[in-house]
Amino acid sequence: MAVLTEEQSLLRDAARTWTQEKSPVSAFRKMRDSNAPLGYDTAAFAEMAQMGWTGVIIPEAYGGSDFGYLGMGMILEETGRTLTASPILATALAAASAIVLGGDENQKQTWLTKIASGEIVATLAVDEGAHHAPAKIALKAEKAGEGYALSGAKTFVLEGMAAGLFVVSARTSGESGATDGVSLFLVPADAKGLSRKALKLADSRGAASLSFERVEVGADALLGEAGKGWELLEKILDRARAGLAAEMLGASAQAFDTTLDYLKTRVQFGQVIGAFQALQHRAAKMFTDLELTRSCVEAALSAIDNDSPDVPELVSLAKAKAGDTLHLISNEMVQMHGGIGMTDAHDAGLYLKRARAAEATFGGQAYHRDRYATLQGY
Amino acid sequence: MADFGGDDIETFRAEAKAWLEANFPPSLKGRGTMMYAEGVAPTGGDYRAWKTAMAEKGWGVATWPRAYGGGGLTPAQARVLQQEMGRIGAFNPIGGMGVMMFGPTLLEYGNEAQKRTHIPPIVAADLQWCQGFSEPGAGSDLASLQTRCEDKGDHWLVNGQKIWTSGAQYADWCFCLVRTDTAKKHEGISFLLIDMKSPGIEVRPIKLISGNSPFCETFFTDVKVPKQNLVGPLGGGWTIAKRLLQHERSGLSGGGGGGGGRGGMFGAPIADLARTYIGLDEEGRLANADLRARITAHEMDSRAFQLTAIRSVVEAKSNQGPSAATSIMKNAGTKIGQDRAELTLEVMGTQGLGWEGDDFKADELAAVRAWLGGKATTIYGGSFEIQNNIISKRILGLPDPLGPSTH
Repeated sequence: MAVLTEEQSLLRDAARTWTQEKSPVSAFRKMRDSNAPLGYDTAAFAEMAQMGWTGVIIPEAYGGSDFGYLGMGMILEETGRTLTASPILATALAAASAIVLGGDENQKQTWLTKIASGEIVATLAVDEGAHHAPAKIALKAEKAGEGYALSGAKTFVLEGMAAGLFVVSARTSGESGATDGVSLFLVPADAKGLSRKALKLADSRGAASLSFERVEVGADALLGEAGKGWELLEKILDRARAGLAAEMLGASAQAFDTTLDYLKTRVQFGQVIGAFQALQHRAAKMFTDLELTRSCVEAALSAIDNDSPDVPELVSLAKAKAGDTLHLISNEMVQMHGGIGMTDAHDAGLYLKRARAAEATFGGQAYHRDRYATLQGY
Repeated sequence: MADFGGDDIETFRAEAKAWLEANFPPSLKGRGTMMYAEGVAPTGGDYRAWKTAMAEKGWGVATWPRAYGGGGLTPAQARVLQQEMGRIGAFNPIGGMGVMMFGPTLLEYGNEAQKRTHIPPIVAADLQWCQGFSEPGAGSDLASLQTRCEDKGDHWLVNGQKIWTSGAQYADWCFCLVRTDTAKKHEGISFLLIDMKSPGIEVRPIKLISGNSPFCETFFTDVKVPKQNLVGPLGGGWTIAKRLLQHERSGLSGGGGGGGGRGGMFGAPIADLARTYIGLDEEGRLANADLRARITAHEMDSRAFQLTAIRSVVEAKSNQGPSAATSIMKNAGTKIGQDRAELTLEVMGTQGLGWEGDDFKADELAAVRAWLGGKATTIYGGSFEIQNNIISKRILGLPDPLGPSTH
């Protein structure tokens, strides 16, 4: 664990206490079993807003605390541990980053305060296919009077049914696959011509597919300059990826702790199964991977806070590593628990399903390894 | 950098700078790492002069007490000295097992006479020590060692065999673990200093898969050892050995903080090598997709390790106590090193199969030897499996089916 300032330690401890007491895995299970329409507990999210979690990366002028990304990462790690379903990542990290980095004063005034207060859920709408490919945009934004008309579709939009605001990547020029001609728009969920459909996912989290039929937005909906949105989009995505990697680190850590506990308590053949060397060595491997992952996640978040030129490669490193580690540990959790790990009643299945969803979001291991190599020049 | 105290340390820094300027021969600049790789100290007047200067100043063993010829520096001062040496390409010519492991251990467990006899020659790098620990029947289970040491009244009599004694063919002295009691396992081990010129000692170098090596088998046949060469109490050898191995492990893992990014602690990125031997496609990517993927995965693992090395140093310096990350370092690091060696060979293709001769470049031949020699890194200094046992038991708290831990 990185050496923290006292403030950071307090934030982490508070997050740990709240998630362990108010939002343990059983809370997620309850939400799932109640078929909560938005995929999260709205009362719990309101509490998070009250604690200031929704304003962590937002400047104080708009009601935030400007605590930074390492702080946000610590909160997400704790929520990751207990599989807490909440729109924090989509809203307070991803969408908020978009407006903090790319918004003009009007846009910041209009939206950041609402995000900081927890009044609104916001999210990115960037992907259009089954694999994360931020430049593969077909959704068109054509000039319409002073503003634009958006036509096309987006898929796998996190918290899509709950969102009041979408940060949409569209094309004002160029072909799908080109990084030139990408434009980002702030589109309210109630815009005419915008429809959404809930996706029922294996991890029970909220997501939606969106359809845009000549959705009209004003010139004030454009984030930054028309056709020059690629750099901003990459910055936003890197922040989302880093936060997600922190959440994945938390999920991995808890899955490991639960499994380790089982190794120490389950008795077969007259002894605890943790005495068997093969299992000990697999546990040592998982522990090693967790430590290596932690270093990568903390380095990525710190690099973002320091606006380092290393952000893209450190983020891809963190997301890929967190993906590998969560992939391994989620599989081992089921396997090491034996038959009981296969039951829905046990938590292992919940971690497994969440793992694959998180791995695929904002680029999986293959995507980020390819990106890392390209950034390194090969 | 932030943990050094104010003015006093800056005064020392100025002192160190001045002394180094006056005494370090510019002809030796940057030669330190090359010498280490060659395993042999260069000859020549400049090197001898540098060694003598460092020996007399005591800065070859900077933090050892002045009373025995050491530099008497505080750890902070020693770090400053290292920085200033690094700045001008200077290196410590006083090294070896005596400095790294035996000296610090003797300072803790030896009696006054032993310290006065053995520490000054180590400080002056006048002689070499070798380590008599492992035996053919006692590797990972070192405590099962059998080399017998019998009390003959006015001397000890030693019979047995040691293996993996590095540098035994050049060594002047050997610090040796011997069995003084066959009835008890750990408490029957004692720590003995043996003069390698004693009658009855035979040294046979061991050839490894990588070619010649500094390792030897050492045979003791009725070797007489003076009574005063016993270090610590009779039967106290295991405790002393554990402490010595701690010194060894901190010495071996001293590669922390490679700075991250390109060309970190493991050398230049393999991708650079791959560009030369494999080439790029029209999109500027390595021309073999499978190799590109595996090289990338390796480079990322390497980066993750470097970041962890930095983190564990930062955490150790803070008030959090020893970092949990340190326990994983040997296994994580050695695996990356071995993966790198394998990838290097693979990238070089048939040029990576040379044993000797001018059909192969020097670095191609070196890559083959390094790949072979590197197989030892997951075996020595606590094997990969033993490290996993240690992590499992000491860090994760899993039970030991063989009974209480013997480590």
